[in-house]
Amino acid sequence: MCRGTAARQPAVVIELRQLTKRYRDTVAIDGLTFTVRPGRVTGFLGPNGAGKSTTMRMMLGLERPDEGDVRYHGKAYHELYEPLRHVGALLEAKALQNSRTAYNHLLWLARTNRIGRARVHEVLAMVGLESVSSRRTGGFSLGMGQRLGIAAALLGDPEVLLLDEPVNGLDPEGVRWIRTLLQGLAGEGRTVLVSSHLMSEMAITAEHLVVIGRGRLLADTSTDDFIADNCRPRVLVRTSEPDRLLGVLDHAGLTACQEEPGTVVVDGTGTEQVGRIAAEAGLVLGELATRTASLEDAFLRLTGDAAEYRSEAFTGGNRHVL
Amino acid sequence: MSSNAATAVVQAELTKIRTVRSTVVPLLITPVVSIGIGILNGASARSAIDSGNDPLLADFDPVEAGFVGIEMGQLAMISFAVLLVCTEYGSGMIRTSLAAVPHRGLFYLSKIVAAAAVALLVAVPTALLSFFAAQAALGPHGIGLSHPGALRAVLGACLYLTLMCLFALGLAMMLRSTALALSLSFTFVFVLSPVASVIPALRTVARYLPEHAGAQAMKGDPALSPVTALLVVAAWAAAALLAGHLTLRSRDT
Repeated sequence: MCRGTAARQPAVVIELRQLTKRYRDTVAIDGLTFTVRPGRVTGFLGPNGAGKSTTMRMMLGLERPDEGDVRYHGKAYHELYEPLRHVGALLEAKALQNSRTAYNHLLWLARTNRIGRARVHEVLAMVGLESVSSRRTGGFSLGMGQRLGIAAALLGDPEVLLLDEPVNGLDPEGVRWIRTLLQGLAGEGRTVLVSSHLMSEMAITAEHLVVIGRGRLLADTSTDDFIADNCRPRVLVRTSEPDRLLGVLDHAGLTACQEEPGTVVVDGTGTEQVGRIAAEAGLVLGELATRTASLEDAFLRLTGDAAEYRSEAFTGGNRHVL
Repeated sequence: MSSNAATAVVQAELTKIRTVRSTVVPLLITPVVSIGIGILNGASARSAIDSGNDPLLADFDPVEAGFVGIEMGQLAMISFAVLLVCTEYGSGMIRTSLAAVPHRGLFYLSKIVAAAAVALLVAVPTALLSFFAAQAALGPHGIGLSHPGALRAVLGACLYLTLMCLFALGLAMMLRSTALALSLSFTFVFVLSPVASVIPALRTVARYLPEHAGAQAMKGDPALSPVTALLVVAAWAAAALLAGHLTLRSRDT
């Protein structure tokens, strides 16, 4: 167990190297390389169809990569003895045989890795399913299925947790529960990789972000840096003479562009400086305001080119992404 | 190198079998159908003999009459094996299984061992009770276990049911779909064997089909020696299991 020895850059636990997966003539995962470190929640982000689930299945040895590999402390998944004790995973919440009870589902799974019944009761309590443990999982809601899946992932008290879209189907209380749980597990020094297509959720859950689109790595950065880089405040100016305004802003060394006719957006400055420059040039302004780009905007801008299914492409919307 | 303790994986497979309806129900149906049909058939044979139906009497084999029910009961046994594998694929739970037991060979072998053990456990009372129930229904025409060939046929029936379970297990592992696996295995029992045995040119071939060979092992006066007959069924089971193994190894889940 590596429990955050060096405070800033602890040892690499999971390493993906040039991971590539092709299906017939499409490349699902394209030379994906990144590492996951312990002691923090790493968000694995990407739009639907970006290849998150395929990557996670390859990380568990369920699909064979065409090239590259995944290592846990240098070992391949199939080299881990009793793997549930090292890596716990949640793939699809409702991938269960419906007529089996929750307890019995965890029991057979525990047996494969020689984990005792006591631990089954323990994880049922951890996810709050003890009272329904003797009910058949066919009657479970998606949220209860997610909780059971998380219980299964925790069964072997693993150092590494891989969770594919764990907040899907959860109510707000459940979402907050998962967030607290994941941060708690990371706080114990575990390595936690959580996939999601929801930027806003990951921004508050994850300390580090790995963003992919169309099977390629788009960003591998801390959440703070991601926000700082992508959500700089910008100034929005409305004027009847946009070309003259662009000229004086450029002269002042500021980056600006005309978003719509008569609307200019200025990067990396505040309203005060822009107002002064406009006043000095004698420009009449219709509006002068700060606009903070949302994280969602930043995410869309980053993955826009890479999104597999994008509504704008079909509706012919006038908002150009990148 | 292996990924898990083998006994632990077999235990897990046994737990899977006993904790879900899709496997428990067919296992319960197997003896019920076998014994029930055995009694009905015995009773109808008795009344036919009593009323002096000579053509029937001419080739009446009291040993074989004890296992008519098994011919139907085997369908439930086949369903058990198919559902054991295919509902795991159909539900997606196979991913949880293979993440917990990454070694494909160990996973498959454990499933085979668990299924065979359970099948044999069900087959022994099914064969014995079917035999005795049918003989009781035959009344004065019935025989006991001491009758020549009777005990051998009971043993044959136990092994036949177990081997058909493994045959279906291999097909299921290869096809992964309940509908496909059930269709193919039922085709062997209901279509290929009967059709081949009524076409004169194919009659020799028919003897080497699993269902037909199995029937030989449960007769008083078989056309194939009972050992050969069971070896034929075992060869079919082994071929199906191998096909399943190759599929499991080569395909992603």
